Order: sequence, then C-alpha cells, then structure tokens
Amino acid sequence: MVEWTDFERATIQGIFDKMEYEVVGPAALCRCLVVYPWTQRYFGNFGNLYNAAAILANPLVAKHGTTILHGLDRALKNMDNIKATYAELSVLHSEKLHVDPDNFKLLSDCLTIVVAAKMGADFTPDVQAAFQKFLSVVVSALGRQYH
Amino acid sequence: MSLSSKDKDIVRAFWAKIGGKADEIGADALGRMLMVYPQSKTYFAHWKDLSPGSAPVKKHGKTVMAGVGNAVAKIDDLAGGLLTLSELHAFTLRVDPANFKSLAHCFLVVLAITYPTDFTPEVHLAVDKFLAALARALSEKYR
Repeated sequence: MVEWTDFERATIQGIFDKMEYEVVGPAALCRCLVVYPWTQRYFGNFGNLYNAAAILANPLVAKHGTTILHGLDRALKNMDNIKATYAELSVLHSEKLHVDPDNFKLLSDCLTIVVAAKMGADFTPDVQAAFQKFLSVVVSALGRQYH
Repeated sequence: MSLSSKDKDIVRAFWAKIGGKADEIGADALGRMLMVYPQSKTYFAHWKDLSPGSAPVKKHGKTVMAGVGNAVAKIDDLAGGLLTLSELHAFTLRVDPANFKSLAHCFLVVLAITYPTDFTPEVHLAVDKFLAALARALSEKYR
C-alpha cells in the first residue's frame, strides 16, 4: 500500500480542488499528441490530427482530455487503494483499447507540465514531487492488469 | 528522431529568450530533480546540502546550463561538439543515462512555469527532442 504524508494528501487535493478540468484536460492530451506523435495511433477515428493547430482545435480531443482528467478523480477519492480502484480501467486499456502502458507515463509528464504552467511559482519542488508521486501510482495501477 | 532545421531554429530562439535566466533555470531544474527523483541524489552524496536553492545546487545548476548552452551552439554536431563532456560522463561521472531524462523533464517543468504562454506544445516538442539528442550525445562514449 502506498504511504501518503499529510502534506502529500493536502497538496494533491488542493491541486484538484482548483483544477479547471475543461482547460487542463484538453491541454494535456493535445500536448501529448503533439510532443509524442506516435500516441496518435489510438485516436484514428478522431478526425483531423494533421498538425498542432488541428489537434488543438479538435473538439473530440478536447472532450476526451476532459474525460481522462476526470478519471483521476477516482484515485483522489480512494488514495489508499488506487490499485484496486483502477483494476477495471486497467483491464479495459489492456484488452479493449490495447494501449501500450508506456503511454500513460508520457501523458502524465504532459499533465505535470500543463499544471506547472497553470500554477506557476506555486508549483514548488515539493508540490511537484507530491503530484508526480500521485500520477506514478495511478500509472502503475493502470498498467497492473496487463498480461 | 533527429532535429529538423525548424527544431533547431526553435531551440536557438528559445535559448536566446532564456538569456541571463539560464543559471536560475538550471538551479531550479536540478533542485527539482533531486527532490522528485530521489535516486539522482546518489550522485551527490558528497554535497552538504541537496535541497532546492542550496549553494551546491545553485553552483552546479550553473555548470550544467553552461553545458546546455554549449550544446545549443553546437546543435549541428552534438556528438562531435560534446565529445569531451561525453568522455567525462562515461569514464569519470558514470551517470546512468536514465537520469538525463529525469533532469530533462524537470527542465521542461521549469520552462513551463517561467514561460506559461510561450512554452507551447511545438516549442515543448523541439526542446524535448533537443534534450534527448543532447542526452544521446552525452552517452556516446559509454560503451
């Protein structure tokens, strides 16, 4: 089981309390699709992903970015059992979506960068450490059921 | 994933924008890496203080950024231009190359904080590619 300090719990909760899901989610997914273009392989039916401008303007990408970010709410509500919380989603990503789990890390790095840009100086090194720890636990849980 | 001329232009332009802030950015990135990726601390056991903003971190952040600046200047031939540094990292420092990725990520985080509007996805892409190419050049002599 993952041990969380009070600081970590408060920090992570604080970040999500102030989160603008419809801005940050799309921004993170767009960034991932631009910076790591091979991730576009999973979005063949999303229409125009031809260049950065098209990706940023694509409404399906925006909608999906928001959906993914809300997916993190589950971990937030169950921080003491993230592994079990994502078991079903892990199976889905493995057996139905066939997403290479390395991609989860790529998206989480992009999310970190978008949150950093939003929070500015408030995204101190210890806040970054707490946020990245949270994301790495989620990423690990999402990859857990692959076989 | 080699650098296109567009990538190089973006990197050079962004480096020029960073200008005198380079040392500050380097120190911030290094401090973050030590905190977010504790395994990186194993290379600095000889420092008195590994916390963000400490004197050794500031000093070393400056050293690292001088290296990055040198790489920007030699962007057309990173392997050749960084030969000495590569030998240093290979034979003396022997830093596991996975740590280059950790530092690169922290560097990107600092850029996002410092330039929230200018650090667009396209700039992020070019800088990420550059840092990966830099890391490859640094590991050239490893084996």
